Amino acid sequence: MSEQPILVVEHLETHFPIRRGLMRRAVGAVRAVDGVSFTVSKGRTLGIVGESGCGKTTVGRSILRLVEPTGGRVVFAGHDVRQTNGAALRGLRRRMQIVFQDPYGSLNPRMTVRAILEEGLVIHRLGDAAARRDRMHQALEHTGMAAAALDKYPHEFSGGQRQRIAIARALVLEPEFLVLDEPISALDVSIQAQVLNLLVDLRDRLGLTYLFISHDLSAVEHVADDVAVMYLGRIVEQAPAARLCAAPLHPYTLALFSAVPAVDPRRRRRRILLPGDVPSPANPPAGCRFHPRCPLAERVCREVDPPATRVDGHLVHCHVAARELERAGGDARVAGSRMADALASAPDIYSHSGAQSVAPAPAP
Amino acid sequence: MATFLLRRLLLGILTLLVITCFVYGLARAMPGTPLTAQMGEDPSRKLNPEDQERLRRIYGLDKPWYAGYAQWLGNVTRGDLGRSITRKQPVTTLIAERIGPTFLISGTALLLIWLMAIPLGLYASARSGTADERATSLLLYVLYSFPTFVAALFLQIVFSVWLRGTAWELPLFGMTDLPSTAPWLARAADVARHAILPVVCQTYVSLAYDSRFIRANMAEVLRQDYIRTARAKGAGPWRVLFRHAFRNTLIPLATLIGLSLPGLIGGSVIIEQIFTWPGMGRLFFESIRERDYPTIMGLTLMFSVLTLLGQLLADLLYCLVDPRVSVE
Repeated sequence: MSEQPILVVEHLETHFPIRRGLMRRAVGAVRAVDGVSFTVSKGRTLGIVGESGCGKTTVGRSILRLVEPTGGRVVFAGHDVRQTNGAALRGLRRRMQIVFQDPYGSLNPRMTVRAILEEGLVIHRLGDAAARRDRMHQALEHTGMAAAALDKYPHEFSGGQRQRIAIARALVLEPEFLVLDEPISALDVSIQAQVLNLLVDLRDRLGLTYLFISHDLSAVEHVADDVAVMYLGRIVEQAPAARLCAAPLHPYTLALFSAVPAVDPRRRRRRILLPGDVPSPANPPAGCRFHPRCPLAERVCREVDPPATRVDGHLVHCHVAARELERAGGDARVAGSRMADALASAPDIYSHSGAQSVAPAPAP
Repeated sequence: MATFLLRRLLLGILTLLVITCFVYGLARAMPGTPLTAQMGEDPSRKLNPEDQERLRRIYGLDKPWYAGYAQWLGNVTRGDLGRSITRKQPVTTLIAERIGPTFLISGTALLLIWLMAIPLGLYASARSGTADERATSLLLYVLYSFPTFVAALFLQIVFSVWLRGTAWELPLFGMTDLPSTAPWLARAADVARHAILPVVCQTYVSLAYDSRFIRANMAEVLRQDYIRTARAKGAGPWRVLFRHAFRNTLIPLATLIGLSLPGLIGGSVIIEQIFTWPGMGRLFFESIRERDYPTIMGLTLMFSVLTLLGQLLADLLYCLVDPRVSVE
């Protein structure tokens, strides 16, 4: 598999203005995405994980310009997406498609499956009626749906079938790159694995590149080659999936992993509990954004935004992790387990000062 | 479909029974009778007690209200709405005379409302948040909050008093100033001039309401994921607005259209009264004042039937615009 990057995202920023008062002046901004950089190679899958509100969905939408980014660069297959407009942007949109989380909301209830699938082909003037029909049949076949589905309405299908239709809707345009925005979280657990396997299968058969957005660590582990962990609009840690699972370094990632339910109920795990709530992205804390909730936070964390520390393909933004890595001679496994020990034995976690330090909203 | 219609018919008849029974009871419970209301304070029109008693018997006012209602109901089932007590004419004739003028005003107003409300609502949602849209929305909100009777008086002062003698002068009230012998075209033009102010009054409130309604529904629909799907397909803003968003707002719009049906014939009591427009609304008002029970009941029955038909129309429109709904 070639390692040529198909998508390069540099310092992506998407801020939403907060408008107040009679004149609707912008009094501040919600920094949903605040300086995110990553690269996705052709045929590979980058997973983005993080809790609700961390900006992962906005990253996906900003790349397709479904929301307008306010800064940074997005380069898809050599085209600067933010500088592209009109017909050229439409051309790029055919090549980059998206599957949304909720298949009950993402399919227009007043259109038949045929109309839903065909519209993109009509907009992009792809093929005559016969060619369009072939493409639609093929896309449905890829997702395991019968051609008879074409003349039905979305409400006649179950959640899993609807998501298959949503995937077929994206595939019919024969894209190279797919943003999968929580594609299985709205589905029944019994269906999740089916759809996940379908996605993996399609990627391998059609040579697709995915950006897989999810809050489900085990799903990401299963699908992604690389994983980026987001917190409050930023990527805090990024590594090849196997590496990240084996040796997570950032305290936030460690806490996330400790929350994944174990398959073996006899295996006791140390839960790392984070105090407090996620601060408002309208007024992110100074220094490291995670410091108000981090049991390992030190003075430097409150003052200095941690730069990236790289070990092989592993990238982490954390002062403590950087120091532990140095002590361990660059062995992420040793550094990570030392940090996990420290986190698990953090004294009296609920009286930690961070519990009260939820940032107030900006004054109007 | 047949079962659906049959069920609706039976439910409709039951509803009509309840409404008419209630209204008849209320009308009879009001103080006074058609006889006392007619005589008023004029001593020359006073009847001696024997004549009064005879008239009460003729009109069935000596019997209790439920007996009167039963008699009325019996006549209705034979297709007889009765005769107006105060106007000495069959109620059907009265209604037939008044329907035309009311329809002229309400029909014109309704046409204007829908012709303007849909583009206005779409414009507001397409330009949402811009200065021009917020100015328009504010204006519509002010119009919506402005009571018709105040607007009617204000328009009368401006166009009939201040602008008297200019080309802009409009008649104060009534439907026509010309005798029925005047040429047809001149009379039509005169009626049209008389209709302008009532039509404006009846249009603006609903226009403001309906365009805000469309806009609110559009805002709701535009937040949906399938709008994002459409944009991801590469659909341009107009395609998204019309094909994906507006077509989905047709569902609540169907209800609104169905419910505007009774108003089309029923007219507006307030506007017809202010402009002394000889329509149904005014007839209703006068018949209540005169305690003219047969006319009150005839009009009530008609309005109720129209309301029920409007709801049926809305339900049938639903099936037409929403594939998820079926009458089965």
